[in-house]
Amino acid sequence: MTANAERMDAAAPAALTPVLSAEGLHVAFKGRGRRGSARAVDGVDLDVHAGEIVALVGESGCGKTTLARALLGLERPTAGRVAFEGEPLRYGMRPLKTYRRRVQLVLQDPSGSLNPRHTVYDAVAEGLRIHEGHTADERDRVAAALSRSGLRPPERFFLSYPHELSGGQRQRVVIAGALVLEPEVIVADEPVASLDASVRGEILGLLLRLRDELGLSALVVTHDLGLAWNIADRAAVMYLGRVVEVGPVEEVLASPRHPYTRALLSVLPESGADSPVILSGEPPDPTRVPAGCRFHARCQVLGSGQADAAGVAGRCRSEDPGVLSGGTATQVACHWANA
Amino acid sequence: MSGPQREQVPVTARALAWERRRRALAGFWREYARNRAGLFGLVGLSVFVVLAVAAPLFVDPGELSVTGAPGRAHQPPSLAYPLGTDTFGRSVLDLVVWGARISLTVGFLATAMSVALGTLIGIVAGHFGGWTSAVLMRVTDWFLVLPPLVLAVALAAVMTRSTLTIIIAIGVTVWPATARLVRAQTLAVEARPYIERAWALGAGHAHVMRRHVLPNVMPVVLAQTTLLVATSIIAESTLAFLGLGDPSTISWGGILQDARNAGAVSSGIWWYMVPPGLAIALVALSFTLCGRALEGVLNPKLRERR
Repeated sequence: MTANAERMDAAAPAALTPVLSAEGLHVAFKGRGRRGSARAVDGVDLDVHAGEIVALVGESGCGKTTLARALLGLERPTAGRVAFEGEPLRYGMRPLKTYRRRVQLVLQDPSGSLNPRHTVYDAVAEGLRIHEGHTADERDRVAAALSRSGLRPPERFFLSYPHELSGGQRQRVVIAGALVLEPEVIVADEPVASLDASVRGEILGLLLRLRDELGLSALVVTHDLGLAWNIADRAAVMYLGRVVEVGPVEEVLASPRHPYTRALLSVLPESGADSPVILSGEPPDPTRVPAGCRFHARCQVLGSGQADAAGVAGRCRSEDPGVLSGGTATQVACHWANA
Repeated sequence: MSGPQREQVPVTARALAWERRRRALAGFWREYARNRAGLFGLVGLSVFVVLAVAAPLFVDPGELSVTGAPGRAHQPPSLAYPLGTDTFGRSVLDLVVWGARISLTVGFLATAMSVALGTLIGIVAGHFGGWTSAVLMRVTDWFLVLPPLVLAVALAAVMTRSTLTIIIAIGVTVWPATARLVRAQTLAVEARPYIERAWALGAGHAHVMRRHVLPNVMPVVLAQTTLLVATSIIAESTLAFLGLGDPSTISWGGILQDARNAGAVSSGIWWYMVPPGLAIALVALSFTLCGRALEGVLNPKLRERR
C-alpha cells in the first residue's frame, strides 16, 4: 500500500497529454455466416501517462488483448482512434514503423514469440536492425539491453537458442528485444501468465525498475488482480469490450464500486470478502452484447434486488451506462454505484 | 535455470554471426553423418561430380566426335575400351563420363531455377494471401495439372535446340510442387507469435519474409531441392531420349537414344545401353538418398523412424 502511494508520487506530473491513449476505440470482427460481428473492443477511452503503469484487468475474452493489439496498430479500429502524444496514429507502413520504434509490445507466450532459428543475439538485435540497419555499436546495445533485463553476463547468452533457455529467461529476452529500441511505452500482454511464481516476481520487479530507471510507461494486460495490485499505478477493469471501472489501483482494488470488480475480487482468497460472489448467467459473448448495462444479466447486485431497492433496476436493463472518459479520475460505469 | 555455458564469445557482430553459422553447420553434419544411406548418397554424388568436373583430364574431347572416333563400331568391352564402343567406334565409358557433365549441369540448373521460382511464388502467395494468393495459386494449379513431360516437350519443340532450352523447359514444369509446399509452410510459419512480434517491432513485409519465413521454409526447400535434382536429371534424359535435346552435346539420354537408333536392343549390344541407364539410376538414387537424409536432419519428427 505504501509502496503504491510512493509510486503515485513518482508518477505525479500526470496532468499533461497522455503518452498513449485510446479515444472511443471500437474494434469489431466480422462474423462468419449468420453470427453477427464480434465487438471485441466496444468503445474504450483509456490514457497512459508518462512514467505510469496502467493495468488492464478482465476475464478471458473481454477484449484486453484486442485492445493491446489495437494500441500497437496491429488491429485497425473500426471506430475511434489511438493517439500517441496527442497525435492520432496513422496506419501507413512508414508512420507505423516510426511509431513502433517508440511503443513496444511484449507478448504473452515467450516461447512462441522468439523465432526458434534465431539466436538470442539476433532476436534482441532484430528491432535495431529493422530501424537502423547494422550499426557499429549493435553488440554493445544488445549486451546492455540483455543485462538490463537481468540476463548477465549477456555474452553468455548471445549464441543460445530459445530452446536452450528457461521460460523466464525467454521472457527476459523478449523484454530485452523491446528495450533495445529504448521505447517510451511498453504494452505487455499477460507478460507473466505463462511463468511460474518464482519468475513472475523477477519479471515484475524488472518492469518496475525499468519504470524508475528509464521513465518507461507501461500498459500491462492481465487477468491477475494480484499482479495489477503489485505493479500498477492505475487499474482499468474491462468487461465485454468496455472499461467498466477505472482509477488508482488502491481505490479500484481496495474499495471497488462496480459489481463486476467486486465479484472478481471476492474470489481472491486474500480479499477478506465474506463469501465469494459466483457470477451466474451466460458467459459474455461479444457477438451479442446485451442491451442496457452490458453486465446486467450476470450482475449480483441486480439479481439480489439491491438495484431495485436503489430504484435503478429499470435503467440497468434498458439504459447503457456509457463510456468512461480517459484521464486519471476514478470512474465507474454502473447505475447502481453512481446512484 | 542456469544459462548454457559458452567457452569464449566473439567480439563483433560479424564474428558472432560466423560463429553461429559454424556451430549450426557442425551440428548439421553430426546429425547427417548418422544416416548411413545419406552418406552413401553423398559419396555416390561426390564421385559423379568429381568425374564430371575432372572429365577433360582423362577424356580427349576429340575422340568423342563421330569423325575422330578411335575404335571400330560395336566392339565389346575390352582393356582398351572398358565399356566397349558405340556405332561410331567411340568409347562408351568416355561418353558416359562426358555425359555426366551435361546431365548434372542441367539437373542442377533446372532445379535451381524451379526451386527459386517455386520458393518465391510460394512465399509471396503465403505471405500476402487474399487476391495475390488466389491468382498465384491458380497459375500454380494450372501448371500442376498439365502433364510435365508434354509441357516440356512442347516448350523444347518451340524454342531453339540448346541445353538452355532444356533447362528452361524442365525448370518451368517442375516448380509448382515446390510452390505449393512452400506456401503451406509459409502459412504455418506466419501463424506463429514471433511474426506478430516482428510486426510490433516495426518490421516490413520484406523483413518478415526474409528473416522469418525464408529461414523456416529453407529446410523443406533444401530437401525438396535434392529430390528435384533427381527428377530433373531423369527429365533431361527423357527429353534427350525423345530427340529434343541439343544434338551436338553428349548426354546420358542422348546416348540411350543413339543406342536405340542403332538397334542395340535387338542386336544385344548391352554395353551401349546399360552404362548410361545405370548412370542415370545411380545419380537419381544418390540424390534421393541425400534428400531423404536431409529431410531427416531438418525435420526431427522423421528422425526416429529411420
